[in-house]
Amino acid sequence: MKTLMRSAVTGLAVLTLLAGCELGSKDVVQRGYRGTGMELVMVPEDRVAHVNANQPPEPAPPQPAVGPKAGDIYQNVQVLGHLSIGEFTRLMASITEWVAPEQGCNYCHNPQNLADDSKYTKKVSRVMIAMTQRTNEAWKDHVGNVGVTCYTCHRGNNIPVNVWAADPGPKRATGMVGQTPQNYASESVGLASLPYDPFSSMLLGDRDIGGVQADTALPMGHPTDLRDAEWTYALMMHFSQSLGVNCTYCHNSRAFNQWEQASPAKVTAWHGIRMVREINGEFIEPTTPWLPEHRKGPLGDALKTNCKTCHQGAYKPLYGAEMLQYYPNLAELGEGVEDLDLFED
Amino acid sequence: MTMLTFEKKYRVRGGTLLGGDLFDFWIGPFYVGFFGVTTIFFALLGTALILWGASQGPTWNIWQISIAPPDLSYGLALAPMMEGGLWQMITICAIGAFVSWMLREIEISRKLGIGLHVPFAFGVAIFAYVTLVVFRPLLLGAWGHGFPYGILSHLDWVSNVGYQYLHFHYNPAHMLAVTFFFTTTLALSMHGSLILAVTNPAKGEPVKTGEHENTFFRDDIGYSIGALGIHRLGLFLALSAGFWSAVCIIISGPFWTKGWPEWWNWWLELPIWP
Repeated sequence: MKTLMRSAVTGLAVLTLLAGCELGSKDVVQRGYRGTGMELVMVPEDRVAHVNANQPPEPAPPQPAVGPKAGDIYQNVQVLGHLSIGEFTRLMASITEWVAPEQGCNYCHNPQNLADDSKYTKKVSRVMIAMTQRTNEAWKDHVGNVGVTCYTCHRGNNIPVNVWAADPGPKRATGMVGQTPQNYASESVGLASLPYDPFSSMLLGDRDIGGVQADTALPMGHPTDLRDAEWTYALMMHFSQSLGVNCTYCHNSRAFNQWEQASPAKVTAWHGIRMVREINGEFIEPTTPWLPEHRKGPLGDALKTNCKTCHQGAYKPLYGAEMLQYYPNLAELGEGVEDLDLFED
Repeated sequence: MTMLTFEKKYRVRGGTLLGGDLFDFWIGPFYVGFFGVTTIFFALLGTALILWGASQGPTWNIWQISIAPPDLSYGLALAPMMEGGLWQMITICAIGAFVSWMLREIEISRKLGIGLHVPFAFGVAIFAYVTLVVFRPLLLGAWGHGFPYGILSHLDWVSNVGYQYLHFHYNPAHMLAVTFFFTTTLALSMHGSLILAVTNPAKGEPVKTGEHENTFFRDDIGYSIGALGIHRLGLFLALSAGFWSAVCIIISGPFWTKGWPEWWNWWLELPIWP
């Protein structure tokens, strides 16, 4: 009886351990000099499935850039007025495919009067188009030739699947000292105990990122403390989860803060942080007054972007497919658009 | 047992595993044996190879000398000498020397007529090393997964491999290993301080006995494990630390590729939550 119990318990323990495992062979990518341990280990089947799930759609047939301009024929065309009628119609059709395939044109337009700005979705779309163009034009250091289109984030959804809003966290008793909003297994930080909303302060606000490693032997006169490191780590967990990589994709952890020892991807990420702050602060936040309640977060702010919004688990969105080349109209802002106030009511 | 009677008991013929009587002699106080010879051979060759590697490298700074394993692209094949082949040779020498030393310990244990606790304990340390440079590389398919031989470079490797899994402190086996390491030092410090206390009595007082030791810990924490028990406990704690260290690294990569915090998702997915 005792033996039976013992073997049952042992068997259960072994099964539990195995259940937590990823069995099968692994693929490994070396990211640094040999022996530095800068590697990415992955499950090949999972990666293949993810690559297949992250392919760009077939591009719409191109249209000539000649002929009358959309701005001259249609009314109230503010950011796409410089496009030819053909290009304009093509882009409208593509946007419908990418953002509102079920609702169609009427998701944004009043069918009685397509120029009418009464739907909030139309005004937001205009801002989003300008945002996309601005991103491709001004943030080449981050988006490169891959660029971004509406599809990069939306993937056929009205609202991209991966967005964030200020997170009030679960209700809890307050202690005698101020508590850092952390210690919950949050998806946003890969289920770690780190602060669960690193976005408000670092991807909308410009809280300093860093303070992880000391640059002197003794901890004297340091401007940063453990909490700074935790906030930074929280954001970095999000980076890793969003890109499907680990810390060594950008860093040689022996010297996190040194550019010379880091991979070039760290530079791309640096620009990305600034890019996302601009997208959230200059384009998305100002749309808040237009938004209905169900398009806002629990604290009433707009749903914003972070790394995962575009990357969705791939080190480059859509695994580096250069989709933008088929949509050159999204590659730069039209002339004079920069001076427009898109948020005027 | 004084050293003199110890010597008499130790210096007996026989108990060898290999080589019969051929190497069954002493040089000064040191027993030689077949495995003493192989230990010296591998240790000298390996050290010479490290020195040669250092001479081909960019620095003689003792902290910065590093012999790196091959690129992953070599897989489980032999690499050119200057591109990781040296690391492979040194690894063979290291394992040769460590295992020889363990076998020599077995021979000495047999001469003394004692149990094999010492070679077994050393075997666990060897197991941890071989796990790092042989078992895990075999499972992942490339010698390049071994750690580099250098004072600082091997620490950099540890750091980066930890960060491959985002937050290594969430690795359950790492948790156990760390706990065992700390508990080992706790047990050693408690035991050590006790022994120092009883063997250094106040002036005019006799050296204290086991009864004093037991009384002290029964007063202090309500329990005394005893003079023999503390050594069994110490061995268990120390070996567990080494064993779970080996487990925590072998599961990182071969059996888990994501961040370790995510592994604990099984807890959140238990059907006991509202």
